[in-house]
Amino acid sequence: MEQLRTIGRELAMGSQGGWGQSKEFLDLVKSIGEARSKAEEDRIISRELDHLKRRLADPDVPRRKMKELLLRLVYAEMLGHDASFGHIHAVKMTHDESLPLKRTGYLAVSLFLDERHDLVILVVNTIQKDLRSDNYLVVCAALTAACRLIGEEAIPAVLPQVVELLAHPKEAVRKKAVMALHRFYQRSPSSVSHLVSNFRKRLCDNDPGVMGATLCPLYDLILEDPNSYKDLVVSFVNILKQVAERRLPTSYDYHQMPAPFIQIKLLKILAVLGSGDKQASGNMYMVLGDIFRKGDTASNIGNAILYECICCISSIFPNAKMLDAAAETTSKFLKSDSHNLKYMGIDALGRLIKINPDIAEEHQLAVIDCLEDPDDTLKRKTFELLYKMTKSTNVEVIVDRMIEYMINITDHHYKTEIASRCVELAEQFAPSNQWFIQTMNKVFEHAGDLVNIRVAHNLMRLIAEGFGEEDEGADSQLRSSAVDSYLRIVGEPKLPSSFLQIICWVLGEYGTADGKYSASYIIGKLYDVAEAHPTDDTVRAYAISAILKIFAFEIALGRKIDMLPECQSLIDELSASHSTDLQQRAYELQALLGLDKQAVENVMPADASCEDIEIDRNLSFLNGYVQQAFENGAAPYIPESERSGVVSVGNYKAQDQQETSAHALRFKAYELPPAASQASISPTTDLVPVPEPSYYKEDHQMSRSQPSGDSLSGEFGLKLRLDGVQKKWGRPAYSSSSTPSSSTSSQQATNGGVSSEVGGSTSSQARESTYGSKRQQATEVSAEKQRLAASLFGKADRKAQAGRKTAKESSSTEKVATANATPQPAKEQVIPSAPPPDLLDLGEPVSSSPPLADPFTQLEGLLGPASASPVVSETPASSTSKTPDLISIFSDDVQTGVTSGSTEPSLGVNVVAAKKGPSLQDALQKDAAARQVGVTPTGNNPILFKDLLG
Amino acid sequence: MIQAVMVMSTQGKPRLLKFYSYQPPEKHQDLVRGVFQCMPDSVSNFVKVDAIFGPGAKLVYKHLATLYFVFVFDSSENELAVLDLVQVFVETLDRCFKNVCELDIVFNFNKLHTILDEMILGGQVIETSSEQIMRSVEEIARLEKQSNTTSLIPKSISERFSR
Repeated sequence: MEQLRTIGRELAMGSQGGWGQSKEFLDLVKSIGEARSKAEEDRIISRELDHLKRRLADPDVPRRKMKELLLRLVYAEMLGHDASFGHIHAVKMTHDESLPLKRTGYLAVSLFLDERHDLVILVVNTIQKDLRSDNYLVVCAALTAACRLIGEEAIPAVLPQVVELLAHPKEAVRKKAVMALHRFYQRSPSSVSHLVSNFRKRLCDNDPGVMGATLCPLYDLILEDPNSYKDLVVSFVNILKQVAERRLPTSYDYHQMPAPFIQIKLLKILAVLGSGDKQASGNMYMVLGDIFRKGDTASNIGNAILYECICCISSIFPNAKMLDAAAETTSKFLKSDSHNLKYMGIDALGRLIKINPDIAEEHQLAVIDCLEDPDDTLKRKTFELLYKMTKSTNVEVIVDRMIEYMINITDHHYKTEIASRCVELAEQFAPSNQWFIQTMNKVFEHAGDLVNIRVAHNLMRLIAEGFGEEDEGADSQLRSSAVDSYLRIVGEPKLPSSFLQIICWVLGEYGTADGKYSASYIIGKLYDVAEAHPTDDTVRAYAISAILKIFAFEIALGRKIDMLPECQSLIDELSASHSTDLQQRAYELQALLGLDKQAVENVMPADASCEDIEIDRNLSFLNGYVQQAFENGAAPYIPESERSGVVSVGNYKAQDQQETSAHALRFKAYELPPAASQASISPTTDLVPVPEPSYYKEDHQMSRSQPSGDSLSGEFGLKLRLDGVQKKWGRPAYSSSSTPSSSTSSQQATNGGVSSEVGGSTSSQARESTYGSKRQQATEVSAEKQRLAASLFGKADRKAQAGRKTAKESSSTEKVATANATPQPAKEQVIPSAPPPDLLDLGEPVSSSPPLADPFTQLEGLLGPASASPVVSETPASSTSKTPDLISIFSDDVQTGVTSGSTEPSLGVNVVAAKKGPSLQDALQKDAAARQVGVTPTGNNPILFKDLLG
Repeated sequence: MIQAVMVMSTQGKPRLLKFYSYQPPEKHQDLVRGVFQCMPDSVSNFVKVDAIFGPGAKLVYKHLATLYFVFVFDSSENELAVLDLVQVFVETLDRCFKNVCELDIVFNFNKLHTILDEMILGGQVIETSSEQIMRSVEEIARLEKQSNTTSLIPKSISERFSR
């Protein structure tokens, strides 16, 4: 032992002379440290690289000098400079006979190259040879390099040697051979799969180090296929037991814990093996209980083991006693002052609530604490936990919190993640459509360009279709409040493109619907949008289409509006736009302005966005025409596949031909339809036997008979409506040519059908008329909602259902039930909402709260700091009395957390420092040496020479 | 699996870089910068770095004197355990260099690589006993010295500077 120590000392100070590097290297480091700018540093290094290039190419340089040159090259590359010219020298050095040079060569090669590099092929041979070397250090160096450099194709070249080395007398070699084999397995499982039994053998190695290393590949293998390793459960449990009982040599102790890293690895393996396996888990409970009992919460590593134990318990077959122990430890973590432990606690809690959601209950305060914590990592982890525990009862609070947090994030990646989580939660658990729209608006406003465009379409659909379970009045109220809020927002700079698209669409559809705003006002706003985004064609297209719609509605109502001069100039500009889409829209608008009232009404029926677009795949509207052609002696159509000529041609050509023939066919079809459709489609359709699949027929018939609601058409239309919404308005040929024909009238009728479907009981009346009569009910419903939201807020604030269980109100559960049903209203419109009389019956709290007309402001109120007041006033007495308590505890916790948290980081260091004994002299010597050298690697840093552990 | 080990100064200068999963060399500096930027925000020793290293990636860092010791790893490792692994590494350095300081690390980065190779191989932890690691490193040094008895390098630095 003593001898070793002297060797170590020699190593560190004596034998290699201080830092063991040449003066040139010292000078380099010194000058880099003194460089005042990045440019200066770059100059120094490129000079150094030039120098190295010359020296390395010089055949007279002694071999040992080469080693140093190569290390300098590694250093330069670490600082981010290209040193590729030296790679070949590194490869050459691996061939060297002398051990230090060979090792340096291997080091440089494995830092410079990777398995994909061309030069690797030159190293493989050397590795192969070195694996057979008598010198175990050479073998080790080769194994290390093999881990890094041997790719899939080279594995067979070295595999036999590596397998041989698994039985090498030196444990260091065995260990590395195991890892190399593992690495090969990761690269290409198939080439090593016949050798996996070797890992099992190595598990019984005499050396605990080799055994511990073997756990790594076994863990990977077990993850892949746990069932083939169930027989090892008993062995693993035994090993864990022996380790925990300190049967391993004390050299494996770390901070008084017996081989903690081996314990952790074993626990990880047991977690996988015991997952969902009652019998296997039964074997583990004993030893897990033991570890919990012996658990040392004072040291970091002790906590690491305990945490791994919790992970294991939450993964294996649940056992009440074990879960209790795990929950207890988790609460210790959460109560700890250390941020690291809190972080682990939150993570552990996230695992445990998967098994038993009630565990979260007692830790609500700690969780909220972590949410408020300044530490970003902890905050994110907590949001992850909240995300996992979101239910329809607490979704509002959680999503609000997330959005609030999201607004302040600058990190693009994380912002995207949290925005998509908000969207996901809102879509999954939204208590009401209004809330959903609100939430989406916020998400779009702050992270609009980061979310999927599908979400934007969804939102538009919701605004268009309304609540589904509620009446038309509430829908139009929702729309007008949406219009209000969008008009407020639209002037703001830097709105994301997708949000502007939504705004334009909504303003175009519903801007003038409630008569609150004049058409020219809305058009002015839309013009501003188009003007403010000259480069965004999509937004411009949305804006111009919206303007078109406003004009159409006005004309249909018989009102005359004047074209604003700037708007006219916009149209002129777009007519000459590079984008054909914009051009088309502009021309459509111009054409529409020339039409009379009757025509416009048919071209642009009001509120037609909810219509299903029927796709007539069989082109049945051509049946009459085809029939006529048959009668006139035309040849019947023969499908491509049945034609003899085409089959013989190659595949590609056939496709080509198909395309051209399709062109020909379509050309023919387009030429005549106006006459045909106007003549007699509907009467003849029934006469012609069309061999279409039944569901098409059904669909088709339904559209004609205008049913009050059907799941099939609803679902089918759902998808179409999403993206069809916009396109519908942008197809001039379709709408203008068929003006007075039967197709438009059916369109209008479908519109009525859909709206009655949406509105439930109401028939397709004009929006204006229903609005007034339904208004009262709507406000009552929203008041009810507010009450619910408030109670949810209170409940969710405490993160538990304790309050709900005691103060369970029939109304709230009922409402929860309906809220559960709402997320996809469009799909299940058939489900009737809670009967209105019930809602009216529990009117006491409703009447006390002020009737709110605008749900947007209502929600804003809930968001802000004022949100506490509705909680206090409207939740049952028990929770009211609790609230102040919670707050006081919470603030207490924060204070202690902060004060004691600051002392923590130094703890680990102190332990080590205490162990080190009198080393002050050494340190002083070193300081003196350093000062003599005058080397300052990091510039003028006063504490540079401080000991890392001192 | 451990994806990378970095040692960098408090100014963000890399002192040691070792990647266990392939990262193109031209990206190394960006990674160092990214890692360096995300550390000071954090009160705890853990930082999520999935933006830099891909999904599930986390890092554990330890700030000692003028250096950050950073280990980047994926979800298969336990954060607290890795924190202790950093500690093992630093303790080993301290045994090796006697009161290790930044200059030791700058000048002996090849030795740091040797130590790391004894601890971590192919991204997996193979040895966690700093005593054991020291023993191997010393053995390597001894054998290297045997095969290379004469040294071109001058005895001490002061000598060099007096010239």
